[in-house]
Amino acid sequence: MSNWTLDKSDIAAFLSDLGKEYRVFAPVRRNDLVSFEPLDSGEEADLGSGNSDVPPKQVFFPRSETLFTYEGGEVTAVPLEEESRLIFGIRPCDAAGLVVLDQVFNSDDYQDPYYTRRRENTVVIGLGCDRPVSTCFCTAVGGGPFAVEGLDLLLTDLGDRYLVEAVTERGQALAEGNSFLREAVEEDERLKAEIVARAEQAVSGPSTEGLKAKLDVMYDDPFWAEVHQKCLGCATCTYLCPTCHCFDIVDESTRGGGRRVRNWDSCQFTLFTLHASGHNPRPSGQERMRQRVMHKFRYFVDNFEMVACVGCGRCVSKCPVNLDIREVIEAIEAS
Amino acid sequence: MSELEELLRAKARQLLAEGQVQQVIGYERGTVPLRARPCFVRDPEQVERLVWNPHCENNLATYLHQADGKVAIVAKGCDARSIVNEIVERQVPRGDVVIIGVPCQGVVDRRKVEELLDGRDAFDGQITQGHLVIHGTDFEESVELQAVWNDSCATCRHRNPPVYDILIGELVEAEDGEDVFVAVRELEAKTADERWAYFSSEFSRCIRCYACRQACPSCYCPECFVDQTQPSWFAKSDELSDVMAFHLVRAYHVAGRCLDCGACARACPMGIDLRTLSRKLQKDVRELFDYEPGMDVEAAPALGSYRQDDSDKFIK
Repeated sequence: MSNWTLDKSDIAAFLSDLGKEYRVFAPVRRNDLVSFEPLDSGEEADLGSGNSDVPPKQVFFPRSETLFTYEGGEVTAVPLEEESRLIFGIRPCDAAGLVVLDQVFNSDDYQDPYYTRRRENTVVIGLGCDRPVSTCFCTAVGGGPFAVEGLDLLLTDLGDRYLVEAVTERGQALAEGNSFLREAVEEDERLKAEIVARAEQAVSGPSTEGLKAKLDVMYDDPFWAEVHQKCLGCATCTYLCPTCHCFDIVDESTRGGGRRVRNWDSCQFTLFTLHASGHNPRPSGQERMRQRVMHKFRYFVDNFEMVACVGCGRCVSKCPVNLDIREVIEAIEAS
Repeated sequence: MSELEELLRAKARQLLAEGQVQQVIGYERGTVPLRARPCFVRDPEQVERLVWNPHCENNLATYLHQADGKVAIVAKGCDARSIVNEIVERQVPRGDVVIIGVPCQGVVDRRKVEELLDGRDAFDGQITQGHLVIHGTDFEESVELQAVWNDSCATCRHRNPPVYDILIGELVEAEDGEDVFVAVRELEAKTADERWAYFSSEFSRCIRCYACRQACPSCYCPECFVDQTQPSWFAKSDELSDVMAFHLVRAYHVAGRCLDCGACARACPMGIDLRTLSRKLQKDVRELFDYEPGMDVEAAPALGSYRQDDSDKFIK
């Protein structure tokens, strides 16, 4: 794998050029919120705002998605998206989030065609995190501000230019033919090493070492009754989580026809897994909070040998009542 | 610790130790810099957790209708009015709640602070002499509190709790005079198409996390209309018509009850303007029925009562 540099002054042109071949998604600021949007021009990309407010999971797993429509007994499938896409400026934590989603939507047992097709069609270009903030805890959950899992190329901000490193063959192939990239020199790599060391030092977080073993025996613990109290029961934490992936499939019927839609769902809602009989297996906030923590740090580990948390910190900073998952982890570890 | 915090903790300790209440719902220091958050204190030994400062943004009245037994609750002007509303609407018996009123000068809008910091990360902050001093790893910034108040605080005319059992601190001077509905009048002056375009743009950002509903003390229905499935009144996708239906129906459902505490807007992770629509209805209710919710526990709610002299212009 090789390394290159890309001048910052060329970024807009670089992205616009990629736009000829790919549908390019990048962080865009609108209404004071940064989210990953398809670009009309490279100028729209906002790379200086830290991590996006809204995670990029919706680029692969949209909030609502029509699976098929029906009318008078005729079913019409929505064709899978075939376009070549590229996501630019994704942070390593969010890219690690894609790896978590891959376990669910592209496992040996089951392949979700909608998600997997988008993943296959999308080149992922990351931007290393040189300014982690106080809510970041990627290193506590197996990641890092410059981790490369889930990426094809990784960029590092060197001031007036980016260092561009190939992570996969696909990234290498894209970079090799690109006229905006110049071969990197040793000094560039030395600079990066300094930046990485500084960034890694700036991230802290709770230890998750004994967490799984504790959770294995905590299902009926009175801890859950205490910890959920301030939770309002909204879906901010789960909807802004780069790894949460629960969904609900509904038929929206009108006279004679309709569509089947897959919508995001949240374990924090009263409606989540409510039975048709009226029985609710998670009748109060206590069980719903337990579900969120157990799913991320116990069930997911059982199923896929990794935690379903990448330490992006959105659930910490966006929660209307500052219910902090780091604190929950610490309390469980200390119990 | 401020003098007010000292008073607050002493009162809380007394209430719990004497068994007058089972719990005190108040605020504690948050884990995120420049934030406070709800806390529930049952043990008199734990009252040291309680804080009072301009970061106490949550409306704690939202926890009241699920609380068991007798509770004491720390209440700013708007929070106290929400509690009164719940009493008026027979959700909470007056005798089950001890209102610890705290006169309020406003609460800090964390989004305005974020905007000011422009990507810089704060790790701490202090309030001194009407200023918020923010500390970061390589900077210190002082900003006038006035500049970072919540929008709902800027137009607040009830800084003092209208009803309380215990008062912490001194009543503050009420602000008056200025038209608090300037933004609503601006909205009213627009054409229907312009209004539709504005709200379409705002609500198109909605991710239907329902943080607005959950944070609202007036949204206490055991089953919300959007959660009903048999029949289902609204689809759950991100289609604008469904999203809009949720927000419009919610606004109507809190008409005559919403007192503009701003909890919905503060909770919204997408920064949607949730107040303008509710305030339009608030203004209408005031003009039609001369009613301001949350001022008097004996009041008859505007939309729950009938008077011979009610204006009935809307059906003429």
